[in-house]
Amino acid sequence: MTTVAVLIDHRDGAVTRPSLEALTLARSLGTPVAVWLGESPSADAAAQLGEYGATEVRVVDVADARLAASAAAALGAASDDADVIVVISTFVTKEIVTRLAMTTGAGVVVDAAGAEIVDGKVEALQTVFAATWNVRTRIDADKAIIGVRPNTTQATPADSAGAGTIIDVSVDLPETRERVVSVAPVEQSDGTPLAEAPVVVSGGRGTGGDYTLVSELADLLGGAVGASRDATDEGWISHEHMVGQTGTTVTPALYVACGISGAVHHRGGMQASGTIVAINMDPDAPIFEIADFGVVGSLFDVIPQTIERIKERRGA
Amino acid sequence: MRILVTVKHTPDLQSQRSFTDGRVTRTAEDGTMNELDEYAVEAALQLVEAAGEGEVYALTVGGPDAVAAVRKALQLGVHHALHVSDEAVGGSDVFGTAKVIAAAVNKIHGEAPLDLVITGMAALDGLTSMLPTALAAELDWSQLTLASALSVADGEATIERHLADAHETVSAPLPAVVSVTDELNKPRFPNFKLIMAARKAPVTVWTLEDLGVNAADAGAGASRTTVVDASERPPRADRVKVTDTGDAGTQLADFLIEKGLA
Repeated sequence: MTTVAVLIDHRDGAVTRPSLEALTLARSLGTPVAVWLGESPSADAAAQLGEYGATEVRVVDVADARLAASAAAALGAASDDADVIVVISTFVTKEIVTRLAMTTGAGVVVDAAGAEIVDGKVEALQTVFAATWNVRTRIDADKAIIGVRPNTTQATPADSAGAGTIIDVSVDLPETRERVVSVAPVEQSDGTPLAEAPVVVSGGRGTGGDYTLVSELADLLGGAVGASRDATDEGWISHEHMVGQTGTTVTPALYVACGISGAVHHRGGMQASGTIVAINMDPDAPIFEIADFGVVGSLFDVIPQTIERIKERRGA
Repeated sequence: MRILVTVKHTPDLQSQRSFTDGRVTRTAEDGTMNELDEYAVEAALQLVEAAGEGEVYALTVGGPDAVAAVRKALQLGVHHALHVSDEAVGGSDVFGTAKVIAAAVNKIHGEAPLDLVITGMAALDGLTSMLPTALAAELDWSQLTLASALSVADGEATIERHLADAHETVSAPLPAVVSVTDELNKPRFPNFKLIMAARKAPVTVWTLEDLGVNAADAGAGASRTTVVDASERPPRADRVKVTDTGDAGTQLADFLIEKGLA
Protein backbone atom coordinates (compact mmCIF):
# COMPACT_ATOMS: atom_id res chain seq x y z
CA MET A 1 0.00 0.00 0.00
CA THR A 2 1.31 3.41 -0.95
CA THR A 3 2.02 5.70 1.98
CA VAL A 4 1.56 9.36 1.13
CA ALA A 5 3.03 11.93 3.53
CA VAL A 6 1.36 15.35 3.36
CA LEU A 7 3.18 18.39 4.76
CA ILE A 8 0.45 20.33 6.51
CA ASP A 9 0.36 24.10 6.33
CA HIS A 10 -1.09 25.66 9.46
CA ARG A 11 -1.70 29.21 10.63
CA ASP A 12 -2.31 30.13 14.27
CA GLY A 13 -2.82 26.44 14.98
CA ALA A 14 -5.54 26.02 12.35
CA VAL A 15 -5.18 23.79 9.31
CA THR A 16 -5.32 25.81 6.07
CA ARG A 17 -7.68 24.87 3.26
CA PRO A 18 -4.90 23.99 0.79
CA SER A 19 -3.76 21.37 3.34
CA LEU A 20 -7.20 19.75 3.17
CA GLU A 21 -7.00 19.87 -0.63
CA ALA A 22 -3.58 18.18 -0.46
CA LEU A 23 -4.97 15.45 1.84
CA THR A 24 -7.85 14.91 -0.57
CA LEU A 25 -5.39 14.49 -3.44
CA ALA A 26 -3.21 12.21 -1.29
CA ARG A 27 -6.19 9.86 -0.68
CA SER A 28 -6.42 9.28 -4.43
CA LEU A 29 -2.77 8.18 -4.44
CA GLY A 30 -2.66 5.98 -1.35
CA THR A 31 -2.93 6.17 2.43
CA PRO A 32 -2.30 9.68 3.74
CA VAL A 33 -0.30 10.51 6.84
CA ALA A 34 -0.09 14.14 7.91
CA VAL A 35 3.26 15.74 8.79
CA TRP A 36 3.03 18.68 11.17
CA LEU A 37 6.09 20.83 11.83
CA GLY A 38 5.91 22.91 15.02
CA GLU A 39 4.17 22.67 18.35
CA SER A 40 1.76 19.73 18.63
CA PRO A 41 -1.63 20.41 17.02
CA SER A 42 -4.81 20.77 19.05
CA ALA A 43 -7.15 17.79 19.33
CA ASP A 44 -9.54 19.59 16.97
CA ALA A 45 -6.89 20.11 14.35
CA ALA A 46 -5.77 16.48 14.55
CA ALA A 47 -9.41 15.34 14.31
CA GLN A 48 -9.92 17.47 11.22
CA LEU A 49 -6.84 15.93 9.57
CA GLY A 50 -8.35 12.52 10.39
CA GLU A 51 -11.65 13.52 8.77
CA TYR A 52 -9.76 14.21 5.57
CA GLY A 53 -8.15 10.80 5.72
CA ALA A 54 -4.94 11.13 7.73
CA THR A 55 -4.31 7.88 9.58
CA GLU A 56 -1.51 9.51 11.57
CA VAL A 57 -0.43 13.02 12.41
CA ARG A 58 3.34 12.93 12.70
CA VAL A 59 4.53 15.87 14.75
CA VAL A 60 8.08 17.16 14.51
CA ASP A 61 8.35 19.78 17.23
CA VAL A 62 10.97 22.01 15.69
CA ALA A 63 10.99 25.48 17.17
CA ASP A 64 12.50 27.04 14.10
CA ALA A 65 12.44 25.43 10.71
CA ARG A 66 12.56 28.58 8.61
CA LEU A 67 15.70 27.47 6.80
CA ALA A 68 15.16 25.01 3.96
CA ALA A 69 17.80 22.57 5.17
CA SER A 70 16.24 22.39 8.67
CA ALA A 71 12.71 21.96 7.41
CA ALA A 72 13.86 19.33 4.90
CA ALA A 73 15.49 17.33 7.70
CA ALA A 74 12.29 17.54 9.76
CA LEU A 75 10.05 16.54 6.87
CA GLY A 76 12.46 13.77 5.93
CA ALA A 77 12.42 12.30 9.46
CA ALA A 78 8.63 12.12 9.37
CA SER A 79 8.32 10.75 5.82
CA ASP A 80 11.04 8.11 5.82
CA ASP A 81 8.60 5.30 4.91
CA ALA A 82 6.53 7.34 2.45
CA ASP A 83 6.49 6.48 -1.25
CA VAL A 84 4.96 9.82 -2.11
CA ILE A 85 5.28 13.21 -0.39
CA VAL A 86 2.79 15.97 -1.12
CA VAL A 87 3.39 19.62 -0.21
CA ILE A 88 1.58 22.81 -1.13
CA SER A 89 3.68 24.52 -3.77
CA THR A 90 5.17 27.80 -2.50
CA PHE A 91 8.59 29.40 -2.86
CA VAL A 92 9.44 28.06 0.62
CA THR A 93 8.25 24.47 0.16
CA LYS A 94 9.94 24.24 -3.24
CA GLU A 95 13.27 24.85 -1.50
CA ILE A 96 12.44 22.33 1.22
CA VAL A 97 11.60 19.55 -1.23
CA THR A 98 14.68 20.31 -3.35
CA ARG A 99 16.85 19.77 -0.26
CA LEU A 100 14.92 16.61 0.64
CA ALA A 101 15.24 15.23 -2.89
CA MET A 102 19.01 15.84 -2.82
CA THR A 103 19.32 13.51 0.18
CA THR A 104 16.69 10.91 -0.76
CA GLY A 105 17.03 10.70 -4.54
CA ALA A 106 13.35 11.50 -4.95
CA GLY A 107 11.92 12.80 -8.22
CA VAL A 108 10.10 16.10 -7.91
CA VAL A 109 7.35 17.93 -9.77
CA VAL A 110 6.28 21.29 -8.34
CA ASP A 111 3.44 23.68 -9.23
CA ALA A 112 1.30 20.68 -10.09
CA ALA A 113 -2.40 20.95 -10.77
CA GLY A 114 -3.03 17.29 -9.91
CA ALA A 115 -1.51 13.83 -9.80
CA GLU A 116 -2.48 10.19 -10.26
CA ILE A 117 -0.91 6.76 -10.11
CA VAL A 118 -0.41 5.18 -13.55
CA ASP A 119 1.15 1.69 -13.77
CA GLY A 120 2.54 2.06 -10.28
CA LYS A 121 4.23 5.43 -10.94
CA VAL A 122 3.10 8.90 -9.97
CA GLU A 123 2.19 11.14 -12.89
CA ALA A 124 1.78 14.84 -12.18
CA LEU A 125 -0.13 17.37 -14.24
CA GLN A 126 1.02 20.94 -14.77
CA THR A 127 0.02 23.92 -16.85
CA VAL A 128 3.04 25.83 -18.19
CA PHE A 129 3.95 28.78 -20.42
CA ALA A 130 1.41 31.05 -18.74
CA ALA A 131 -1.14 28.20 -18.71
CA THR A 132 -1.14 27.75 -22.47
CA TRP A 133 0.17 24.16 -22.34
CA ASN A 134 -0.73 21.06 -20.32
CA VAL A 135 2.17 18.82 -19.34
CA ARG A 136 2.06 15.35 -17.82
CA THR A 137 5.26 14.22 -16.10
CA ARG A 138 6.01 10.74 -14.79
CA ILE A 139 8.18 10.50 -11.70
CA ASP A 140 10.54 7.59 -12.38
CA ALA A 141 12.41 7.66 -9.06
CA ASP A 142 11.25 5.29 -6.29
CA LYS A 143 10.22 8.20 -4.11
CA ALA A 144 7.99 10.89 -5.57
CA ILE A 145 7.52 14.44 -4.32
CA ILE A 146 4.68 16.60 -5.61
CA GLY A 147 4.17 20.30 -4.94
CA VAL A 148 0.51 21.01 -5.61
CA ARG A 149 -1.00 24.43 -6.20
CA PRO A 150 -3.89 25.64 -4.05
CA ASN A 151 -7.39 25.55 -5.58
CA THR A 152 -6.57 22.67 -7.93
CA THR A 153 -8.31 19.89 -5.96
CA GLN A 154 -11.74 20.18 -4.36
CA ALA A 155 -11.27 19.43 -0.65
CA THR A 156 -13.72 16.76 0.53
CA PRO A 157 -13.79 14.74 3.78
CA ALA A 158 -12.93 11.04 3.48
CA ASP A 159 -15.78 8.50 3.24
CA SER A 160 -14.17 6.70 6.15
CA ALA A 161 -12.13 8.97 8.36
CA GLY A 162 -8.54 8.21 9.30
CA ALA A 163 -7.62 7.83 12.97
CA GLY A 164 -5.50 10.99 12.99
CA THR A 165 -3.34 9.50 15.73
CA ILE A 166 -0.69 11.92 16.95
CA ILE A 167 2.80 10.46 16.80
CA ASP A 168 5.85 12.41 17.94
CA VAL A 169 8.89 12.22 15.69
CA SER A 170 12.26 13.40 16.89
CA VAL A 171 14.96 14.78 14.65
CA ASP A 172 18.44 16.19 15.01
CA LEU A 173 18.44 19.31 12.90
CA PRO A 174 21.57 19.78 10.81
CA GLU A 175 24.03 22.59 11.38
CA THR A 176 23.25 25.26 8.81
CA ARG A 177 25.62 27.80 7.33
CA GLU A 178 22.77 30.31 7.14
CA ARG A 179 21.49 32.31 10.10
CA VAL A 180 18.10 34.03 10.24
CA VAL A 181 18.94 37.47 11.65
CA SER A 182 15.41 38.81 11.88
CA VAL A 183 11.84 37.92 10.97
CA ALA A 184 9.14 40.56 10.62
CA PRO A 185 5.71 38.99 10.18
CA VAL A 186 3.72 40.44 7.31
CA GLU A 187 0.47 41.85 8.55
CA GLN A 188 -2.18 39.68 6.94
CA SER A 189 -5.24 41.45 5.70
CA ASP A 190 -8.45 39.91 6.95
CA GLY A 191 -9.68 36.88 5.11
CA THR A 192 -7.97 34.36 2.90
CA PRO A 193 -4.41 34.81 1.64
CA LEU A 194 -4.13 35.64 -2.04
CA ALA A 195 -2.75 32.27 -3.20
CA GLU A 196 -5.58 30.36 -1.50
CA ALA A 197 -8.52 32.65 -2.24
CA PRO A 198 -11.37 31.15 -4.30
CA VAL A 199 -11.98 34.59 -5.82
CA VAL A 200 -9.39 37.27 -6.62
CA VAL A 201 -10.27 40.83 -7.63
CA SER A 202 -7.21 42.69 -8.89
CA GLY A 203 -6.62 46.33 -9.67
CA GLY A 204 -3.97 47.82 -11.93
CA ARG A 205 -3.00 51.13 -13.46
CA GLY A 206 -6.63 51.87 -14.30
CA THR A 207 -7.50 52.24 -10.60
CA GLY A 208 -5.28 55.32 -10.39
CA GLY A 209 -4.34 54.03 -6.94
CA ASP A 210 -7.88 53.93 -5.57
CA TYR A 211 -8.64 50.40 -4.36
CA THR A 212 -11.98 51.20 -2.71
CA LEU A 213 -14.15 49.63 -5.41
CA VAL A 214 -11.79 46.71 -5.99
CA SER A 215 -11.83 45.91 -2.26
CA GLU A 216 -15.59 46.30 -2.03
CA LEU A 217 -16.17 43.86 -4.91
CA ALA A 218 -13.63 41.42 -3.42
CA ASP A 219 -15.45 41.54 -0.06
CA LEU A 220 -18.82 40.99 -1.69
CA LEU A 221 -17.53 37.94 -3.61
CA GLY A 222 -15.64 36.54 -0.61
CA GLY A 223 -12.31 37.06 -2.32
CA ALA A 224 -8.87 38.59 -1.88
CA VAL A 225 -7.44 41.75 -3.43
CA GLY A 226 -4.69 41.42 -6.02
CA ALA A 227 -2.68 43.93 -8.02
CA SER A 228 -0.50 44.26 -11.09
CA ARG A 229 3.22 45.00 -11.04
CA ASP A 230 2.45 48.56 -12.17
CA ALA A 231 0.36 49.17 -9.08
CA THR A 232 2.89 47.75 -6.62
CA ASP A 233 5.73 49.64 -8.33
CA GLU A 234 3.71 52.84 -7.91
CA GLY A 235 3.48 52.03 -4.20
CA TRP A 236 -0.33 52.03 -4.35
CA ILE A 237 -0.49 48.63 -2.66
CA SER A 238 2.08 46.34 -1.04
CA HIS A 239 4.12 43.73 -2.90
CA GLU A 240 2.27 40.86 -1.16
CA HIS A 241 -0.72 41.65 -3.38
CA MET A 242 1.17 41.33 -6.65
CA VAL A 243 -0.19 38.68 -9.00
CA GLY A 244 2.28 37.52 -11.62
CA GLN A 245 5.13 35.23 -12.45
CA THR A 246 7.44 36.84 -9.91
CA GLY A 247 4.76 37.62 -7.36
CA THR A 248 1.95 35.26 -6.38
CA THR A 249 0.56 32.76 -8.86
CA VAL A 250 -3.16 32.33 -8.34
CA THR A 251 -5.66 29.82 -9.66
CA PRO A 252 -9.01 30.92 -8.19
CA ALA A 253 -12.41 29.87 -9.52
CA LEU A 254 -12.98 33.52 -10.47
CA TYR A 255 -10.42 36.19 -11.36
CA VAL A 256 -11.57 39.76 -11.98
CA ALA A 257 -8.97 42.07 -13.55
CA CYS A 258 -9.88 45.75 -13.13
CA GLY A 259 -7.89 48.30 -15.10
CA ILE A 260 -5.14 45.77 -15.86
CA SER A 261 -3.86 45.61 -19.42
CA GLY A 262 -2.62 42.03 -19.06
CA ALA A 263 1.11 42.08 -19.71
CA VAL A 264 2.57 38.62 -20.21
CA HIS A 265 4.12 38.57 -16.71
CA HIS A 266 0.75 39.24 -15.13
CA ARG A 267 -1.04 36.69 -17.28
CA GLY A 268 1.50 34.06 -16.33
CA GLY A 269 0.39 34.43 -12.72
CA MET A 270 -3.38 34.12 -13.28
CA GLN A 271 -4.11 32.53 -16.65
CA ALA A 272 -5.00 29.15 -15.16
CA SER A 273 -7.90 30.68 -13.19
CA GLY A 274 -11.36 29.16 -13.68
CA THR A 275 -13.37 32.10 -15.01
CA ILE A 276 -11.63 35.32 -16.00
CA VAL A 277 -13.38 38.69 -16.08
CA ALA A 278 -11.70 41.86 -17.38
CA ILE A 279 -12.79 45.47 -17.13
CA ASN A 280 -10.63 47.89 -19.11
CA MET A 281 -11.02 51.17 -20.99
CA ASP A 282 -8.76 49.99 -23.82
CA PRO A 283 -10.61 47.64 -26.20
CA ASP A 284 -7.24 46.32 -27.45
CA ALA A 285 -5.87 45.43 -24.00
CA PRO A 286 -4.30 41.92 -24.18
CA ILE A 287 -6.21 40.86 -21.06
CA PHE A 288 -9.33 40.59 -23.29
CA GLU A 289 -7.65 37.76 -25.24
CA ILE A 290 -8.09 35.49 -22.23
CA ALA A 291 -11.20 36.95 -20.60
CA ASP A 292 -14.36 34.84 -20.50
CA PHE A 293 -16.32 38.03 -19.90
CA GLY A 294 -14.76 41.31 -20.99
CA VAL A 295 -16.15 44.79 -20.43
CA VAL A 296 -14.74 47.71 -22.37
CA GLY A 297 -15.49 50.56 -20.01
CA SER A 298 -14.54 52.40 -16.87
CA LEU A 299 -14.23 50.33 -13.72
CA PHE A 300 -15.59 53.34 -11.82
CA ASP A 301 -18.88 52.98 -13.75
CA VAL A 302 -19.00 49.21 -14.07
CA ILE A 303 -18.08 47.95 -10.58
CA PRO A 304 -20.64 50.01 -8.59
CA GLN A 305 -23.38 48.77 -10.92
CA THR A 306 -22.20 45.16 -10.60
CA ILE A 307 -22.14 45.44 -6.81
CA GLU A 308 -25.61 46.96 -6.72
CA ARG A 309 -27.05 44.30 -9.03
CA ILE A 310 -25.53 41.41 -7.05
CA LYS A 311 -26.88 42.84 -3.79
CA GLU A 312 -30.29 43.36 -5.39
CA ARG A 313 -30.48 39.79 -6.71
CA ARG A 314 -29.22 38.32 -3.46
CA GLY A 315 -31.89 40.27 -1.62
CA ALA A 316 -34.60 39.07 -3.99
CA MET B 1 35.29 40.21 -5.44
CA ARG B 2 34.83 37.26 -7.81
CA ILE B 3 31.33 36.37 -8.85
CA LEU B 4 29.84 33.83 -11.22
CA VAL B 5 26.34 34.42 -12.61
CA THR B 6 24.32 31.60 -14.11
CA VAL B 7 22.26 32.57 -17.14
CA LYS B 8 19.74 30.45 -18.98
CA HIS B 9 18.79 30.44 -22.63
CA THR B 10 14.99 30.50 -22.72
CA PRO B 11 12.33 31.15 -25.33
CA ASP B 12 11.32 34.81 -25.56
CA LEU B 13 8.14 35.38 -23.54
CA GLN B 14 6.53 37.10 -26.50
CA SER B 15 7.23 34.19 -28.86
CA GLN B 16 5.06 31.10 -29.46
CA ARG B 17 6.43 28.77 -26.81
CA SER B 18 6.07 25.03 -27.26
CA PHE B 19 7.31 21.54 -26.49
CA THR B 20 9.13 19.15 -28.84
CA ASP B 21 9.56 15.51 -27.75
CA GLY B 22 8.86 16.39 -24.14
CA ARG B 23 11.35 19.26 -23.97
CA VAL B 24 10.98 23.02 -24.23
CA THR B 25 11.60 24.06 -27.83
CA ARG B 26 14.61 26.37 -28.00
CA THR B 27 15.63 28.08 -31.19
CA ALA B 28 18.35 30.62 -31.91
CA GLU B 29 15.82 33.09 -33.33
CA ASP B 30 13.33 33.12 -30.47
CA GLY B 31 15.78 32.43 -27.68
CA THR B 32 17.32 34.97 -25.36
CA MET B 33 18.81 35.24 -21.89
CA ASN B 34 16.14 34.49 -19.29
CA GLU B 35 14.78 37.92 -18.39
CA LEU B 36 15.05 37.32 -14.65
CA ASP B 37 18.78 36.62 -15.02
CA GLU B 38 19.31 40.29 -15.91
CA TYR B 39 18.80 41.12 -12.23
CA ALA B 40 21.51 38.61 -11.29
CA VAL B 41 23.96 40.08 -13.80
CA GLU B 42 23.17 43.58 -12.55
CA ALA B 43 23.68 42.55 -8.92
CA ALA B 44 27.06 41.05 -9.73
CA LEU B 45 28.23 44.07 -11.71
CA GLN B 46 27.14 46.46 -8.96
CA LEU B 47 28.98 44.49 -6.26
CA VAL B 48 32.20 44.43 -8.29
CA GLU B 49 31.87 48.11 -9.16
CA ALA B 50 31.30 49.00 -5.51
CA ALA B 51 34.29 46.90 -4.43
CA GLY B 52 36.42 48.64 -7.04
CA GLU B 53 37.95 45.34 -8.05
CA GLY B 54 36.91 41.92 -9.19
CA GLU B 55 35.56 39.90 -12.06
CA VAL B 56 32.20 38.58 -13.17
CA TYR B 57 31.78 35.29 -15.02
CA ALA B 58 28.61 34.38 -16.87
CA LEU B 59 27.93 30.68 -17.27
CA THR B 60 25.31 28.92 -19.36
CA VAL B 61 24.56 25.25 -19.96
CA GLY B 62 22.88 24.09 -23.14
CA GLY B 63 23.22 23.35 -26.82
CA PRO B 64 25.09 25.56 -29.34
CA ASP B 65 22.27 28.16 -29.43
CA ALA B 66 22.57 28.75 -25.69
CA VAL B 67 25.63 30.89 -26.34
CA ALA B 68 23.12 33.71 -26.99
CA ALA B 69 22.56 33.90 -23.22
CA VAL B 70 26.22 34.56 -22.36
CA ARG B 71 26.58 36.97 -25.31
CA LYS B 72 23.77 38.99 -23.76
CA ALA B 73 25.59 38.95 -20.42
CA LEU B 74 28.76 40.16 -22.16
CA GLN B 75 26.76 43.04 -23.66
CA LEU B 76 25.75 44.01 -20.14
CA GLY B 77 29.37 44.09 -19.04
CA VAL B 78 30.45 40.74 -17.55
CA HIS B 79 34.13 39.99 -18.02
CA HIS B 80 34.19 36.30 -18.95
CA ALA B 81 31.76 33.98 -20.71
CA LEU B 82 31.55 30.23 -20.11
CA HIS B 83 29.41 27.77 -22.04
CA VAL B 84 28.97 24.12 -21.11
CA SER B 85 27.91 22.63 -24.42
CA ASP B 86 27.47 18.89 -24.66
CA GLU B 87 24.84 16.73 -26.32
CA ALA B 88 24.73 14.63 -23.18
CA VAL B 89 23.35 17.56 -21.12
CA GLY B 90 20.05 17.68 -23.01
CA GLY B 91 17.03 16.62 -20.99
CA SER B 92 18.72 17.07 -17.60
CA ASP B 93 16.44 17.58 -14.64
CA VAL B 94 17.25 20.19 -12.01
CA PHE B 95 19.53 17.79 -10.12
CA GLY B 96 21.56 16.88 -13.21
CA THR B 97 21.82 20.54 -14.15
CA ALA B 98 22.97 21.45 -10.64
CA LYS B 99 25.68 18.79 -10.87
CA VAL B 100 26.98 20.20 -14.16
CA ILE B 101 26.90 23.81 -12.98
CA ALA B 102 28.58 22.86 -9.70
CA ALA B 103 31.42 21.20 -11.63
CA ALA B 104 31.90 24.35 -13.73
CA VAL B 105 31.77 26.56 -10.62
CA ASN B 106 34.34 24.38 -8.89
CA LYS B 107 36.64 24.60 -11.91
CA ILE B 108 36.63 28.41 -11.74
CA HIS B 109 36.70 28.37 -7.94
CA GLY B 110 39.76 26.12 -8.11
CA GLU B 111 41.66 28.67 -10.24
CA ALA B 112 40.97 31.43 -7.74
CA PRO B 113 38.24 31.39 -5.06
CA LEU B 114 34.82 32.79 -5.96
CA ASP B 115 32.84 34.77 -3.39
CA LEU B 116 29.39 34.32 -4.84
CA VAL B 117 27.30 32.54 -7.40
CA ILE B 118 24.31 34.70 -8.27
CA THR B 119 21.24 33.38 -10.10
CA GLY B 120 17.85 34.73 -11.13
CA MET B 121 14.86 33.76 -8.95
CA ALA B 122 13.45 31.46 -11.65
CA ALA B 123 13.67 30.73 -15.33
CA LEU B 124 10.61 32.07 -17.08
CA ASP B 125 10.13 28.81 -18.98
CA GLY B 126 10.17 26.31 -16.13
CA LEU B 127 9.55 28.67 -13.20
CA THR B 128 10.34 26.02 -10.60
CA SER B 129 12.91 28.12 -8.65
CA MET B 130 14.61 24.89 -7.53
CA LEU B 131 18.03 25.29 -9.16
CA PRO B 132 19.60 27.75 -6.66
CA THR B 133 18.81 25.44 -3.74
CA ALA B 134 20.02 22.35 -5.59
CA LEU B 135 23.23 24.15 -6.59
CA ALA B 136 23.96 25.34 -3.04
CA ALA B 137 23.42 21.80 -1.74
CA GLU B 138 25.59 20.31 -4.48
CA LEU B 139 28.42 22.78 -3.78
CA ASP B 140 27.85 22.70 -0.01
CA TRP B 141 27.92 26.51 -0.04
CA SER B 142 25.61 28.86 1.83
CA GLN B 143 22.13 29.22 0.38
CA LEU B 144 20.59 32.71 0.28
CA THR B 145 17.53 32.72 -1.94
CA LEU B 146 14.96 35.23 -3.22
CA ALA B 147 17.01 38.26 -2.25
CA SER B 148 15.27 41.60 -2.67
CA ALA B 149 18.27 43.26 -0.98
CA LEU B 150 21.86 42.02 -0.92
CA SER B 151 25.02 43.21 0.79
CA VAL B 152 28.45 41.68 1.25
CA ALA B 153 30.80 42.60 4.10
CA ASP B 154 33.39 40.91 6.30
CA GLY B 155 33.21 37.58 4.52
CA GLU B 156 29.46 37.37 4.89
CA ALA B 157 26.52 37.97 2.59
CA THR B 158 23.24 39.29 3.97
CA ILE B 159 19.93 39.30 2.17
CA GLU B 160 16.37 40.38 2.75
CA ARG B 161 13.63 38.13 1.43
CA HIS B 162 9.94 38.90 1.21
CA LEU B 163 7.91 35.77 1.81
CA ALA B 164 4.14 35.53 1.93
CA ASP B 165 4.08 35.45 5.74
CA ALA B 166 7.21 37.36 6.75
CA HIS B 167 10.10 39.55 5.73
CA GLU B 168 13.34 37.85 6.71
CA THR B 169 16.94 38.97 6.98
CA VAL B 170 19.36 36.07 6.54
CA SER B 171 23.17 36.06 6.74
CA ALA B 172 25.70 33.42 5.80
CA PRO B 173 29.43 33.13 5.27
CA LEU B 174 30.93 33.24 1.78
CA PRO B 175 31.05 31.50 -0.57
CA ALA B 176 27.33 31.58 -1.11
CA VAL B 177 24.74 30.88 -3.78
CA VAL B 178 22.38 33.85 -3.93
CA SER B 179 19.19 34.02 -6.01
CA VAL B 180 17.79 37.49 -6.61
CA THR B 181 14.29 38.76 -7.37
CA ASP B 182 13.21 41.46 -9.79
CA GLU B 183 12.77 43.80 -6.80
CA LEU B 184 16.53 43.96 -6.18
CA ASN B 185 17.62 46.43 -8.84
CA LYS B 186 16.94 48.00 -12.23
CA PRO B 187 19.04 46.15 -14.83
CA ARG B 188 21.13 48.39 -17.09
CA PHE B 189 20.76 48.47 -20.86
CA PRO B 190 23.66 47.30 -23.02
CA ASN B 191 25.65 50.19 -24.48
CA PHE B 192 26.92 50.33 -28.04
CA LYS B 193 30.56 49.86 -27.14
CA LEU B 194 29.82 46.71 -25.13
CA ILE B 195 27.52 45.33 -27.82
CA MET B 196 30.31 45.61 -30.37
CA ALA B 197 32.87 44.14 -27.96
CA ALA B 198 30.55 41.25 -27.02
CA ARG B 199 30.49 40.07 -30.64
CA LYS B 200 34.19 39.44 -30.60
CA ALA B 201 34.65 38.44 -26.97
CA PRO B 202 35.90 34.90 -26.49
CA VAL B 203 33.53 32.31 -24.99
CA THR B 204 35.13 29.39 -23.17
CA VAL B 205 33.38 26.18 -24.20
CA TRP B 206 33.51 23.11 -22.01
CA THR B 207 32.20 19.59 -22.48
CA LEU B 208 31.18 17.32 -19.61
CA GLU B 209 34.50 15.54 -20.00
CA ASP B 210 36.35 18.84 -19.53
CA LEU B 211 34.46 19.21 -16.24
CA GLY B 212 35.00 15.65 -15.15
CA VAL B 213 31.27 14.97 -15.07
CA ASN B 214 30.20 11.45 -16.00
CA ALA B 215 27.70 11.71 -18.86
CA ALA B 216 25.50 9.16 -17.06
CA ASP B 217 25.08 11.60 -14.14
CA ALA B 218 23.47 14.29 -16.29
CA GLY B 219 21.09 14.45 -19.21
CA ALA B 220 17.84 12.65 -19.89
CA GLY B 221 19.18 9.29 -18.72
CA ALA B 222 19.84 10.60 -15.21
CA SER B 223 16.58 12.55 -14.99
CA ARG B 224 14.27 11.40 -12.22
CA THR B 225 11.23 12.53 -14.21
CA THR B 226 9.99 12.12 -17.79
CA VAL B 227 7.53 14.30 -19.64
CA VAL B 228 5.05 11.75 -21.03
CA ASP B 229 2.68 14.19 -22.67
CA ALA B 230 2.62 17.88 -23.58
CA SER B 231 -0.24 19.48 -25.44
CA GLU B 232 -1.38 22.98 -26.17
CA ARG B 233 -4.51 23.91 -24.24
CA PRO B 234 -7.53 24.84 -26.33
CA PRO B 235 -8.38 28.55 -26.19
CA ARG B 236 -11.21 29.52 -23.89
CA ALA B 237 -14.55 28.93 -25.61
CA ASP B 238 -17.65 31.14 -25.68
CA ARG B 239 -15.92 34.33 -24.66
CA VAL B 240 -18.04 37.44 -24.36
CA LYS B 241 -16.85 41.03 -24.78
CA VAL B 242 -19.22 43.92 -24.33
CA THR B 243 -18.69 47.66 -24.62
CA ASP B 244 -20.28 49.57 -21.77
CA THR B 245 -23.20 51.63 -22.95
CA GLY B 246 -24.67 52.05 -19.51
CA ASP B 247 -25.62 48.55 -18.34
CA ALA B 248 -22.42 46.47 -18.69
CA GLY B 249 -22.08 46.32 -14.89
CA THR B 250 -25.52 44.73 -14.64
CA GLN B 251 -24.69 42.29 -17.44
CA LEU B 252 -21.50 41.34 -15.61
CA ALA B 253 -23.42 40.72 -12.38
CA ASP B 254 -25.94 38.53 -14.21
CA PHE B 255 -23.10 36.56 -15.84
CA LEU B 256 -21.47 35.93 -12.44
CA ILE B 257 -24.75 34.89 -10.83
CA GLU B 258 -25.63 32.51 -13.70
CA LYS B 259 -22.19 30.93 -13.37
CA GLY B 260 -22.77 30.48 -9.64
CA LEU B 261 -19.83 32.76 -8.88
CA ALA B 262 -21.66 35.56 -7.06
